[in-house]
Amino acid sequence: MPISDWFKAREQRKYTTPTEASTPSDVPDGVWVRCEGCKRTLYMGDLERELMVCPSCGRHHDLAAPERLALLVDEGTFEEVDAHLRSADPLEFTSGKVYSEQVTAAEERTGLNEAIVCGRAAIGGRRAIVGVMDFRFIGASMGSVVGEKVTRAFELALAERTPLVLVTASGGARMQEGMLSLMQMAKTAAAAARLASAGVPYVVVLTNPTMGGVTASFATLGDVLIAEPGALIGFAGPRLVEQTIRKSLPKGFQTSEFLLEHGMIDMVVDRRELKDRVALLLSYLAAGDE
Amino acid sequence: MEFERPLDELEGKLASLKHLDVSEQPELAAEIAELEAEVARLHETLYAELTPWERVQIARHPERPKTDDYLQELFTDVVELHGDRLFGDDESMFAGLATLQGRRVAVLGHRKGKNTNENIRRNFGSPHPEGFRKAERLMHLADRFGLPIVSFLDTAGAYPGLDDEDRGQALAIAECLAALSAVRVPVVVVGIGEGGSGGALAIGFGDRLIMLENAYYSVISPEMCATILHKDARRASETSACLQLTADDLVRLGLADAVVAEPRGGAHHDPAMVFEGVRTALGTALESLSAVDRATLPDSRYQRLRRIGEIAGG
Repeated sequence: MPISDWFKAREQRKYTTPTEASTPSDVPDGVWVRCEGCKRTLYMGDLERELMVCPSCGRHHDLAAPERLALLVDEGTFEEVDAHLRSADPLEFTSGKVYSEQVTAAEERTGLNEAIVCGRAAIGGRRAIVGVMDFRFIGASMGSVVGEKVTRAFELALAERTPLVLVTASGGARMQEGMLSLMQMAKTAAAAARLASAGVPYVVVLTNPTMGGVTASFATLGDVLIAEPGALIGFAGPRLVEQTIRKSLPKGFQTSEFLLEHGMIDMVVDRRELKDRVALLLSYLAAGDE
Repeated sequence: MEFERPLDELEGKLASLKHLDVSEQPELAAEIAELEAEVARLHETLYAELTPWERVQIARHPERPKTDDYLQELFTDVVELHGDRLFGDDESMFAGLATLQGRRVAVLGHRKGKNTNENIRRNFGSPHPEGFRKAERLMHLADRFGLPIVSFLDTAGAYPGLDDEDRGQALAIAECLAALSAVRVPVVVVGIGEGGSGGALAIGFGDRLIMLENAYYSVISPEMCATILHKDARRASETSACLQLTADDLVRLGLADAVVAEPRGGAHHDPAMVFEGVRTALGTALESLSAVDRATLPDSRYQRLRRIGEIAGG
């Protein structure tokens, strides 16, 4: 579906599922929502005006790919690429849910063909190749198609010598495609390395949650790593770490602020200032090409 | 191993019968002969068609030959290099220089221990960020000095610990992937045991992938996959089949180039045979890659990765 239709469909979406742990809200959809951070009841219109950031506690709620694009790129500039790529079921994976059915259900639920949307756009008047992931699509896990679209985004940025901006959110590699998924980590990292050696800028915005094989490949190979406040970012899931060390985890473990403190990312940026910050960074990093 | 239990029981029974004096009980001779035949039969059937889950168990067998054994048996003049120059030296990751049949190479390998003490020091073969950063250092060194890289995979995975997250486990792996993709020297990977996810992949792709017959390589451990899908790690037998993680699966998926045969029941039954198989496979791989212009290797490696994945509506 073209991007213009996604924006129309925006009204029909439910907004109250920022985390898996969230409980279904009993308020009518689209009018009042409960903040997952401070639990206050908010008027949807207010929340939308603040780009889904709670005006009271600053909690950054998850965004769908079209919403993310709307706040990041200049209006009317986004031209999608590789929209037609869809997941196959190479392993005919049937343990648990039937994978092919899971994909179809995700397509219907999200209106997307896969967990990432890529294209050409402008950010603050500067050309960029942009890719945004959507956690609603099978946890935005990386299988063949996500890996391929990310790789093509790197290649397009290289071919057009245009900066690349990727907004990540992912549970990690998609286990239903087995080793083909794992190898996408190597494929995307190799593509990132080629872009880096060509001197084309690559900026990453890590959003909630970015975990596992995505964090351990292209998502942390950017020239500049930005994270949204309070995002969960790491390699192993917090529950697994907890089981491993047999102790409860320190407060704020694996959050953006934790990563900043440990020197793993460049900055934590409020969503409402994100576009300006990305545009400013691009102006510095692309300076040599001007 | 669990699936060998019926055979173990029969063999135990046979051994105890053999202790008895046959001359006093002549009817025992017939019974022993019968048991021997049964044991032989079971030997045939038990190992004839191993399930993926049985192969995973063989890959994890404590007596299976490890990176250290390959270093000792296949290489000469081994010089180990220590440390990541940042934090520490991770003993779960081997990095060094060695000679393989007259060919000078750089060697990487996950390192499990032979006993409990060694395993504790080596964290049971699960690297910390400093292990990956040491490996990355060796990749750059090999690239600079034109040494082909030989890498042995044998890890359950990168360690999912608290301090590991503090020190950027994900970033350490990502940097390895980027570095390995770009080295201008041949990279030959040998899956000798466990190929656990990102921790294996960090040193686990290149210009050739050789798999031992019972080694596995997987996006996620069968137990973890079963826990996520079924909330029950005991269904690992089912998920290990779905994940398509065996050497044969990898060949079929176009990811592995060669499979080294193992003796019946696994490499630990006849390590010498496996050393010989790996020596030959490594020799063949390195020889074929030595003819390639090294400047073209990063490109051809990229094209190799580029082809991986199955897509609808391509």
